[in-house]
Amino acid sequence: MQKHHLLLGLVMGLIASTATAQQLDGTLKKIKDSNTITLGIRESSFPLSYLDATQKPIGYHIDICNAVVDAVKSRLQLPKLETKTQAVTSQNRIPLIVNGTIDMECGSTTNNAARQLQVAFAPTTYVTNVLMAVKKSSGIKSLDQLSGKPVATTTGTTSVQLIRSHEKGKNIDFKEVYGKDHADSFLMLETDRAVAFVMDDNLLMGLIANSKTPQDYAIVGEPLSVEPIAIMLRKDDPQFKGLVHATIANMMKTGQLTKLYAKWFNSPIPPKGVNLSVPMSEQLKAAIINPNDNPAENYKK
Amino acid sequence: MALNYKWNWGVFFETIPSGDVTYLTWILHGLGWTVAISLCAWVIALALGSIIGTLRTVPHRGIALIGHAWVEFFRNVPILLQLFIWFFVVPELLPRDLSMWVKQDMPAKEFITAVLALGLFTSARVAEQVRAGIQSLSRGQRSAGLALGFTQAQTYRYVLLPMAFRIIIPPLTSEFMNAFKNSGVAYAVGVWELVFVSRQMVEETGGQVIESLIVPTVLYIICSYAANLLMSVIERRSHVPGFIVAK
Repeated sequence: MQKHHLLLGLVMGLIASTATAQQLDGTLKKIKDSNTITLGIRESSFPLSYLDATQKPIGYHIDICNAVVDAVKSRLQLPKLETKTQAVTSQNRIPLIVNGTIDMECGSTTNNAARQLQVAFAPTTYVTNVLMAVKKSSGIKSLDQLSGKPVATTTGTTSVQLIRSHEKGKNIDFKEVYGKDHADSFLMLETDRAVAFVMDDNLLMGLIANSKTPQDYAIVGEPLSVEPIAIMLRKDDPQFKGLVHATIANMMKTGQLTKLYAKWFNSPIPPKGVNLSVPMSEQLKAAIINPNDNPAENYKK
Repeated sequence: MALNYKWNWGVFFETIPSGDVTYLTWILHGLGWTVAISLCAWVIALALGSIIGTLRTVPHRGIALIGHAWVEFFRNVPILLQLFIWFFVVPELLPRDLSMWVKQDMPAKEFITAVLALGLFTSARVAEQVRAGIQSLSRGQRSAGLALGFTQAQTYRYVLLPMAFRIIIPPLTSEFMNAFKNSGVAYAVGVWELVFVSRQMVEETGGQVIESLIVPTVLYIICSYAANLLMSVIERRSHVPGFIVAK
C-alpha cells in the first residue's frame, strides 16, 4: 500500500511538473487555500462506503478516495493536508457537492445523463445490477411471478422508476411498498410486508450479510438495470477532474484497483467478517481496461 | 450554491422517465394525498379530541384518568415513532392470518395507517385545547346549567361546549394547520404524498433539488393558509355578539 502510494506520488508528480506553470483553479485551488479536503461519505452503502463498528467510514470507494487524496497531497505539495469527512444522503449529495460543502462524493452514486447536467464523475469503479432479494422459502425466481404481490423498494431511488417501467413493459401490476431507507425496506421483506426487495445488488448483499439470518435470503431475478457507479465530482472543473481521472486510471492500469476489489468483494470484511464472494462483472472488467465516465444510458442494450 | 446550480423550472412540464405523465401531474397527485391524509386525520382528531377533552373535565376520577392517559401517551411520543408503531409493530400482535392480511392484502394500508397515526396524535392536542376551553369558563356556568335542571350531559351539550369551542377556535386553527404539515411523515411508510414526490423528483430529475423542494413548500403554505382562512370564517360566523374575542 505504502509503496504504491509512493509510486503514485511519483507519477502524479511527473504530471504535476508539466503543469506547475498553470494557475490552480476550481477544487484544487479551494483545497490549497483551505488546506482541507472534504470527502462526502455514505453511512450504509455496503461495501462501497459505510461505517465500521467505531463509526469510521470504510469501504471500496473510501480506499479509492484516499488514494486520490494522496495524489492531491503530492500535486499541491501539502503533506499535512487535512482530510475531513461529511456524511451525505441520496437527497443532499448533489447540492452538497455543487455548493462546495464536499469536494468529492465517495458513496455509491449512479452516473447517469441527467446527473451529468449538474455534476461530473470519476471513471466508473463499480457496476451494479438492480436485482431483488427474496426469502428462499418463497421459491420466487423472477419478478414476473409477482403480479399482485407486494414488492418493496426505497423512496428516492432509481429502483422506484425501474419497477414502474418494468410493470409498463410487461403489463403487470405489483403492489409497491416503499421504505424510507434501505433498512426499512429490508424490514418489510423480513416481516413479510413484501415478498421481494428490489435494489442495487451490492446493497442487497450488504443488508443480507448483516441480517439476523443471512442463510434465509437469496438474490434472484434478471437485472432490471445495469448502472455504472462512480465517485462524484463538481462539474466544469477540468484540473481536479483530470487529477482524479489520472489517479484512478493509473490504479486500474497497475492492478491496484483489482486488488481493492478483491479486498472488499472477495475477502471477509467488517463488521461481521462476511465474505461477499462476488466475482468481478464483465462490465467492470471492461471499464477497468478502458477507464471512462460513460453514463448509465450507455449500458442499456 | 448559485455558482454552478443549473436551474430548470421547466422540469415540471417534462414527462417522468417511465411514463406519459409530467412531474406536475405527480406533484398534484401528491398534493391530493396530502390533503386527503390531513383532512381525514383532522376529522378523527376533532371527534376523538372533543370526547377525550370533555372526559378530562367531568367530575369523575376514573373517567378523567382515561382521558389523562390518552393525552399523555399520544402527546409524548414523536409522531414518526407512533407511525412506525402502527405500521410495523401493531400488525405483529394480531393473530397470524389477520396479521398477514393487514401486511400484504389490506387495501390502502399505508394511507389508513398514516391517517390513524396522525389522527390520534392530533387528537391528544385537540383534547388539551377542549379541556382548556371548558376550564376557562367560569364555574357559575356549570352550576347554572345544573340548577336549571340539566343533567351533566345536557350541561355540556347546551351550556359548556358551545362556548368552549368558540373560545378555542384560534388554537384549533393552529392544530388544523399542523395536521397538514405533520402529514409529511406519511412518506416514511410509502404514501405518495408531497414529501414522497419531492424526494422521488430529486432522484428522477437527476438533481433538480431546489425546484423539487420549493414547489411542495409553496403548496404546504397554501394548504395551511387555506385552513387558516377557513377557520377564521368559522370564527366570524359562530361569533356570539357581545361575548369575548372576534371583531
